[in-house]
Amino acid sequence: MPKELKYADEASKKMVLKANEENLETVWDRYEKMQPQCGFGLMGICCKICSMGPCRIDPFGEGPRTGICGANADTIAARNLIRMIAGGAAAHSDHGRDIAHALLMAAQNPSSDYTIKDEEKLKAIAGIYHIQTENRDTREIALDLARAALNEFGQQEGTLVMAERAPEARVKRWKELGIMPRAIDREIVEIMHRTHMGVDTDYRNLIRQGLRACLGDGWGGSMIATELSDILFGTPNPIRGESNLGVLDKDKVNLIVHGHEPTLSDIIAYVCQDEKLIKKAKDKGAAGIQLAGICCTANEILMRHGIPVAGNFLQQELAILTGAVDLMLVDVQCIMPGLSSLSNCFHTKLVTTSPKAKMPGVEHIEFHEDHAVKIATTIIEQAIENFSKRDGKRVVIPKETKGLVAGFTSESVFNFLGGKYRASYRPLNDAVIAGRLRGAAGVIGCSNPNMEYEEGHIKMVLELIKNDTLVVTTGCNAISCAKHGLLQPENAFKYAGEGLQEICRAVGIPPVLHVGSCVDNSRILTTLTHVVTEGGLGNDISDLPVAGAAPEWMSEKAVSIGFYFVASGVYTIICRPLAVMGSKNLHDYLTDGIEKEVGGKWAFELDPVKAAHMMLDHIDRKRKALKLKPLMYEQAYKPKDI
Amino acid sequence: MDKIIIVDIKRCMGCHSCELACSVAHSINKDLFQAIREENVQIPRIILDHCDDTSFPVHCRHCEDAPCVIVCPSKAMSRPTETGPVVLDKDKCIGCHACIIVCPFGVIKKDRDGKSLLKCDLCFERLEAGKEPACVEACPTGAIKFVTIDEATKMKRRDMMKGYIVVMKQDMGALKE
Repeated sequence: MPKELKYADEASKKMVLKANEENLETVWDRYEKMQPQCGFGLMGICCKICSMGPCRIDPFGEGPRTGICGANADTIAARNLIRMIAGGAAAHSDHGRDIAHALLMAAQNPSSDYTIKDEEKLKAIAGIYHIQTENRDTREIALDLARAALNEFGQQEGTLVMAERAPEARVKRWKELGIMPRAIDREIVEIMHRTHMGVDTDYRNLIRQGLRACLGDGWGGSMIATELSDILFGTPNPIRGESNLGVLDKDKVNLIVHGHEPTLSDIIAYVCQDEKLIKKAKDKGAAGIQLAGICCTANEILMRHGIPVAGNFLQQELAILTGAVDLMLVDVQCIMPGLSSLSNCFHTKLVTTSPKAKMPGVEHIEFHEDHAVKIATTIIEQAIENFSKRDGKRVVIPKETKGLVAGFTSESVFNFLGGKYRASYRPLNDAVIAGRLRGAAGVIGCSNPNMEYEEGHIKMVLELIKNDTLVVTTGCNAISCAKHGLLQPENAFKYAGEGLQEICRAVGIPPVLHVGSCVDNSRILTTLTHVVTEGGLGNDISDLPVAGAAPEWMSEKAVSIGFYFVASGVYTIICRPLAVMGSKNLHDYLTDGIEKEVGGKWAFELDPVKAAHMMLDHIDRKRKALKLKPLMYEQAYKPKDI
Repeated sequence: MDKIIIVDIKRCMGCHSCELACSVAHSINKDLFQAIREENVQIPRIILDHCDDTSFPVHCRHCEDAPCVIVCPSKAMSRPTETGPVVLDKDKCIGCHACIIVCPFGVIKKDRDGKSLLKCDLCFERLEAGKEPACVEACPTGAIKFVTIDEATKMKRRDMMKGYIVVMKQDMGALKE
C-alpha cells in the first residue's frame, strides 16, 4: 500500500506522493517492509554481547528466562540500554572534540580559516576553566581553553570541570551518588567494559554508569561543542529564516548541507557568498547559489547566518526527490544510507566529507580543518558543475515555506526578558512564580517512521503552549515546529494560552524558542541552571516546574540526551518506550525508583496529547511543592488536585 | 491428520525465527549459514504477516477437504497419504494460480522465479524423522505449537475453565460469608 503522510507539512506530503508515483523507495516504504519488527529487540531482551549467544528471554516465561551465561532480562535490557547511551554520548562528544580541535587550530595558526568570533564568550568559558584572561592575547586564551577542553575527554584524574557549572545542590547529589563524570571518553569506555560478558549484572549499577556517561555528554561533550562553536562561529542571536523544501530555488544551484558539525557548513555559508563562485554559477546559466540545510547542521547555520532549512531527518530523501538538488554534502550522524541509491535516480551528487563516514560508490571529498576554505570551494564548484546536468522536466519543488525566528540561547533570550540594560532571568522566574507561566518544557528530538510524521511533535507542543507552558526546542523537533509556523512570534496569539501570550507580546518572542542543534540541548541545561541561580524556584533543577520530551525519538543520541535530562533532575517523556519493556524491574526503576536518586525520571506515553498532560501534571506537582501562586489564567487542561 | 499447527498470536514476538527456520528446513544443507549462500535460496513457506500492530504467522492449514487440491487441473496439488499434509509437486504445476484464488487463507505464494508456486508441506520429511515442523521447533515463545486436535481443544477448554473457576470460587466465598 503506498504511503501517504496524514499529519505532516504539505511539502512532505506532496513529495511522498511523488515517490509513490515514480516508484522510488523512501524510509516509509522500508519501514513498512520491515513489519512486523522483532519483539525481542523492541523489548530489549535480545543479547548478542558474547558468542555463547545470541540469547533471548521469553517474556511469557515458557522458554528461557536467562541467557546462556545466566543473565536475566534485567541485566540484558540494562546492558543494551547503556550501550545505546555510549553510542549517543560518543557521537555528541566526538563532535565536541572536533570543535575543540578546530579552536586549537585557530589559536595556533594565525592564518587558519577559523578565527575567534566571540571574545566575550571565550573569556567567560575560559573563566570556568580558571584560565587567566586579563591582559592576555585572545589567541593565547583560546589556546589554553582548547587544551583544557580537550583535556576533559581523556583526563585520568579529577572530574569534569564543565559539569561544575550545574547548580551546587545538583553537583553535590551527583558526587554523593558516584555519578559525577570523571572524563568524557572514560565513562563511555567504562560502559563498554561493564557490559562485556561477565562484568556488571546489577541493572541499577549498570544504569548508574549510564548516567555518569550521559552527564559526560550533556555537561561535557555536548556543552563543549555548543560553547566552543559559539566562540568560533559566533554566539547566535535571534534571527529570521525560512524553512521547508520550498526554500530550494529552481533557477539557482541548490546545495544542501546535511549532518551535524558546523566546522565545514559554517565555512560553506561564507564561501557561498564569494562573488567569483556566484559568477561561475551564473556562467552556467544559474541565477545564483542557494544554500540550505538538513538536520542539525542546518540548525547551526540557521542560528548563526539565517541560512534556510530545507527539512529535518525524515525529509532528507524528500529533498533529493525534488530533482533540484545539485549537490548534497554530508558529514556525520543521521545520514540515511538510503540516500546513496536514491541520489543515483537523479542528477544529485552526494558527497561524503568526514573520514568517519564514507559510503560505497559515493564521492568522498575529505574535509580537513587546515584547508577548510579550499575544500569548501571545491565542493561548491562541483555543485555548480552539476547544475547543468539537472533535468528540468523532473524538477518538482513544493512551494511551501514557513518563516521563523531562531537563534535563541541561554545568554540571549532570557536576558531579553529583562531588557537590554537590565539583562536577567528575573522576569522569567517572576512570570513562573506569579502563575503567568505554568512552567517550561523542552521538546526535542528526532522524527521516526514508527509514528505518524510530525503528529507527536506538533500535537504535544501545541498542547503545552495552549496551557501557558513556554517551549524550548532543538534538533528535528525545532524544524518541525518551524514548518508548522510555531516559531513565528505572531502565532503566539493563535496557539498560546493567555499568560504565555502576554510574555510573547511583551518581549516579541515566539511561543516556541529554537535554541539550536542537538548538542545545543546543553543550552537548555545552562538555562535551567540560570533559572535556579536567579532564585525563587528552589535550589536544584529537580525543583523547577519543567519537563522534557522527545516524542518521535529515534537515535542513540536521543537516549543519551533523555538520560542526561533525567540525571539532571528533569521529568522526561517519550512516546514509543525505550527498549526496556521486557524487564519489569528496569522499567519500574527508570519510570519510578530513579526519581528518588536523581530527581528526574522517564515516562512513556504513545498519545502525544496525553503525554503533554503528564508533563503538565508534573509541572503542577512542582508548582505545588514550591508553594507557587495559582495560575493567573484559566487553563485548557486544568490542574488536578494533587 | 493426527496433529495440526496452532498459533497463539498473543505470544508472537514478530522475531521472524519461524521464517528463517522454514527456509533452512527447505534448503539443501539444512544449515543457516550455508542455506543463505545456496544457488536457489529458499524463501519461507510460512508468512509472518501483521495486522493492526499484531504480528501473525500464517501458513497452510492442510484442509481436510482442500479446495486447492480440488481445483488443481494438473494434479500438482495433492494429499498423497490420507493422514498426511497437502503438498505441491512443482514439476506438475502449470502456474494457473487457481489454487491461489481458492485458498481461503492466502498462504500459497510465488517462488523467487515469479512463476512457480510455494506452500507449506508441514515439513513432512522432518515428521518422518520424528521431528516437529521447523517453525514449531524454532519459535522461542511457544506461539506456534504442533498438537493433536484433542490436545488443542483440551488447551482451549482449560483456558476457558480457569476463568469459570475464578468466578465460581468468588461466588462460593461470598456464600460462605
